[in-house]
Amino acid sequence: MKVKMLSRNPDNYVRETKFDLQRVPRNYDPALHPFEVPREYVRALNATKLERVFAKPFLASLDGHRDGVNCLAKHPKNLATVLSGACDGEVRIWNLTQRKCIRTIQAHEGFVRGICTRFCGTSFFTVGDDKTVKQWKMDGPGYGEEEEPLHTILGKTVYTGIDHHWKEAVFATCGQQVDIWDEQRTNPICSMTWGFDSISSVKFNPIETFLLGSCASDRNIVLYDMRQATPLKKVILDMRTNTICWNPMEAFIFTAANEDYNLYTFDMRALDTPVMVHMDHVSAVLDVDYSPTGKEFVSASFDKSIRIFPIDKSRSREVYHTKRMQHVICVKWTSDSKYIMCGSDEMNIRLWKANASEKLGVLTSREKAAKDYNQKLKEKFQHHPHIKRIARHRHLPKSIYSQIQEQRIMKEARRRKEMNRIKHSKPGSVPVVSEKKKHVVAVVK
Amino acid sequence: MPVIPVLWEAKGDGDGERKHQKLLEAISSLDGKNRRKSAERSEASLKVSEFNVSSEGSGEKLVLADLLEPVKTSSSLATVKKQLNRVKSKKTVELPLNKEEIERIHREVAFNKTSQVLSKWDPIVLKNRQAEQLVFPLEKEEPVIAPIEHVLSSWKARTPLEQEIFNLLHKNKQPVTDPLLTPVEKASLHAMSLEEAKMRRAELQRARALQSYYEAKARREKKIKSKKYHKLVKKGKAKKALKEFEQLRKANPAAALEELEKIEKARMMERMSLKHQNSGKWAKSKAIMAKYDLEARQAMQEQLAKNKELTQKLQVASESEEEEGGAEEVEELLVPDAVNEVQMNVNGPNPWMLRSCTSDTKEAAAEEDPEQLPEPVAHEVSESEGEERPEAEDDTLLREFEERRSLRKRSELNQDAEPAGSQETKDSSSQEVLSELRALSQKLKENHQSRKQKASSEGTVPQVQREEPAPEEEEPLLLQRPERVQTLEELEKEECFQNKELSRPVLEGHWSEKIPNNHPDAPKEKKKEEEMIDLQNLLTTQSLSVKSLAVPTIEMLEDEVERNQRQMIKEAFAGDDVIRDFLKEKREAAEASKPKDVDLTLPGWGEWGGVGLKPSAKKRRRFLIKAPEGPPRKDKNLPNVIINEKRNIHAAAHQVRVLPYPFTHHRQFERTIQTPIGFTWNTQRAFQKLTTPKVITKPGHIIKPIKAEDVGYRSSSRSDISVIQRNPKRVTTRHKKQLKKNSAD
Repeated sequence: MKVKMLSRNPDNYVRETKFDLQRVPRNYDPALHPFEVPREYVRALNATKLERVFAKPFLASLDGHRDGVNCLAKHPKNLATVLSGACDGEVRIWNLTQRKCIRTIQAHEGFVRGICTRFCGTSFFTVGDDKTVKQWKMDGPGYGEEEEPLHTILGKTVYTGIDHHWKEAVFATCGQQVDIWDEQRTNPICSMTWGFDSISSVKFNPIETFLLGSCASDRNIVLYDMRQATPLKKVILDMRTNTICWNPMEAFIFTAANEDYNLYTFDMRALDTPVMVHMDHVSAVLDVDYSPTGKEFVSASFDKSIRIFPIDKSRSREVYHTKRMQHVICVKWTSDSKYIMCGSDEMNIRLWKANASEKLGVLTSREKAAKDYNQKLKEKFQHHPHIKRIARHRHLPKSIYSQIQEQRIMKEARRRKEMNRIKHSKPGSVPVVSEKKKHVVAVVK
Repeated sequence: MPVIPVLWEAKGDGDGERKHQKLLEAISSLDGKNRRKSAERSEASLKVSEFNVSSEGSGEKLVLADLLEPVKTSSSLATVKKQLNRVKSKKTVELPLNKEEIERIHREVAFNKTSQVLSKWDPIVLKNRQAEQLVFPLEKEEPVIAPIEHVLSSWKARTPLEQEIFNLLHKNKQPVTDPLLTPVEKASLHAMSLEEAKMRRAELQRARALQSYYEAKARREKKIKSKKYHKLVKKGKAKKALKEFEQLRKANPAAALEELEKIEKARMMERMSLKHQNSGKWAKSKAIMAKYDLEARQAMQEQLAKNKELTQKLQVASESEEEEGGAEEVEELLVPDAVNEVQMNVNGPNPWMLRSCTSDTKEAAAEEDPEQLPEPVAHEVSESEGEERPEAEDDTLLREFEERRSLRKRSELNQDAEPAGSQETKDSSSQEVLSELRALSQKLKENHQSRKQKASSEGTVPQVQREEPAPEEEEPLLLQRPERVQTLEELEKEECFQNKELSRPVLEGHWSEKIPNNHPDAPKEKKKEEEMIDLQNLLTTQSLSVKSLAVPTIEMLEDEVERNQRQMIKEAFAGDDVIRDFLKEKREAAEASKPKDVDLTLPGWGEWGGVGLKPSAKKRRRFLIKAPEGPPRKDKNLPNVIINEKRNIHAAAHQVRVLPYPFTHHRQFERTIQTPIGFTWNTQRAFQKLTTPKVITKPGHIIKPIKAEDVGYRSSSRSDISVIQRNPKRVTTRHKKQLKKNSAD
């Protein structure tokens, strides 16, 4: 006869080493652990408070430029390397871990309008006010060598922006028209134009790499197809768009930084209505860059602050500013999605944490578990008024704060007026336009 | 009405052509078409070309047919004709569109194309947006497995320990680099082909299956409790063994001798060991039980018999009765009296049975035993001589057993309690076989001896006793204790008492044993069961029929009537008691909000308590604590309003006022809030699962934009730049047509 016996796996109660924690069996009977909701609420409240306490996003300031920083570029292969171009034609290469400038080049006379790195990370391109496009080696010159560009292309007009193709030896410049260049040639392989206004920025789509987007000073955003060598569509907004940025995870989504203090996220297949209007800035938005995860983007504004927006929210989740930071001209999100860099008027490049209260460095597994749990708690109780209040609280400089108040009043007044007009006119005669549609003037085929 | 205009008169030769022209016109206008020529004069310069070719008729279209007419006659121009015919079928090319429009069309087509290309990303984008968790970087870095040779080639043994290990490896011809297998390992790899391995495996499987069948069979047979069956089986086995032995002796005397020696050795071993003596645990327990239990006693005896048989010295011719007696004495020393006594009686006819009426002594009975025994010996001899008959008998008996067993199995459902069988039969089969062999060998020897010289009858007695099947049914009746019985009366009393006492349990045992074998009994029970089921069936069917017939109809009727009534009432008093309802509600709310009195009376305290007894009014009055009158309700003077005073402002500050966005019902939201996610309430695994972050990034890793290959799409093979260089700026005519259609739409 076989006798059935209780058998336990010693793995369940024997430690592997004596340094392991003793396994403590736990009774999960809910009767023994009452008040789940209040306890978790308190935990969530504490987590939220601690998050605010530890929210110290500013990491470093890289100073060295002798004029305002006009453009920034990331190294495609190296997280620690950043390139910046200033308004006096100087290009600097920085090492973020050392927080030092490792190389300085006097690249142009006048502004460095645009800078971009080659996809392989061996060289980079700059365009300046001196009507030249220059290609530089990423590594510095050897001993005794002159600091000279690899190639220089002299153009007829001023180039205002440059971007490199994500896979091939092709780059695009913008100015009077969008030119697409082969690296080996001194003439553009094709130039595309639509209208006659200066184009301020051009960007390659990182996923479908033959697509380009550009924005011109006649308030429009134009999309191009490099393969078919033709523009695709144009959308005209209320005010000028300063720059656009493609979502690196969603091929057809891009966000435009507009002069009217807003950012517009478009689906490029349906340009007549933006997917989302992001508004929180109180002055012109000068630059925008997506997080490499494609879930958030950061925007730099003339109002001396940078803001982080989730792509599906119209309000920002975070605002960064310091007393000394002036108009922020350019901003970049690093490729590991952990940091944000911004270059501003007062000659500094600043390094921020993308997550203000995140602990840097290696976390132990328990720390990680606690972090995840706190995050989930905050998410779970985010709608409770006290938690919401604490989580949303930010200190702002007085100028921004008063601007926000002022603009709120203005907006409210406008809304009231519109409501009154609707109320006092024949029903249906005054159309109700949604906020999204309000800012799009036209879509040109 | 056709009018023939006559405008110009014929003037000389130069006018001949004109005339002809006119004539033609006149004729053509005759065919019903009203062709009117302008009355204006045309300029001469237009008509007269400077190249002396009349440009007359420049306003007219040149028809191809005119050109073809002269060609018709000559056959050499067939190819030209064909070409011209082909041209005739085509229409003229239309004017090109202006540049802006063409560009617009180009753009539109390109845009449509591009959006189509982009729409392949839709599912991926949607998936990523809804994903519970995204892990970046997206492309999985496959661990690069460098072959160990490569790793080793760049590595050198430096420390003494490493060098030692390397030396060892070299000594054992362990190849450090490629091919990494020792010669022995290689040989083993090549030793067996796949087919061979498969065949071997199949063979092994078969062997295993057979073994399991055999085991199952053995187990089944072992479970059979019938002693008779086992005895028969044993007998069969013994015979078989004997036969084989005989054959062996004839064929190969040396092997037979060896076998004999083996048997002898086994006997010696047994003699040395105490295996079958009653010193074991089981034997001791049986010895205790033997006093009361017949079966135990019997088992005891059998064991002893075996012991005796095994420990018996080889019988020499000079062996006398003394030795036997001596052996018996030894036995008596070891075994309790009762058992020995019985053992004496078991096989032979019982003295008490024989002389139940007469008053003989025990000694006489003992003396009688040997006298009766010679008969079985003779029987035994005859058996050994004529083996065929008993074997056949055995076979039939075995078959009978088989049948019985199958029957019992069938009726096993009815029978729960099995009578305790004798332990002996459960000995391991191998042991049985061994003992069988031993017995056989002894018998053989005896046979030899008897053939050679006449053995004493006493010597053969034990074997014969063992061999002879004891009549089971009669034995229990014979069990008695001779020592205590002194006188005849006593004996008689004892006898009848014992008979009464002992026969009952034994009978019961028999009964219970026989029940399964009892043929008429089992069917009866079955029948009973069937009857029961029938009855139940009957009942259930009846109840079903009742339900299905009567109840629903009544209910439906009632329902209908009720509904009608309700409908009528609703119609009649539509919106009538809303005010009353409201007032009632308000009253209830007020009641509910009033502070309640506290009753502290303890029934039965200081007085009688129980069912139907209430504490006295005085006591109740004394222990009733009246609640203080609360503040007046806020809606006291507002007849149309109920103000809920339960709402706690302090708590409200912490409560969510509006249902948050993704939730559609407040219950959903409450449920999510109420399910805890902490480790206090969840197991480790669940906790981890509940708190997984939505986005995971690896620190220090560059996250590249999503690629078509990452999500399983094929990226376009052509590079963008090659497409540009080959891209024709012009669009084919066919394409243009399509464009126009698009633009027209």
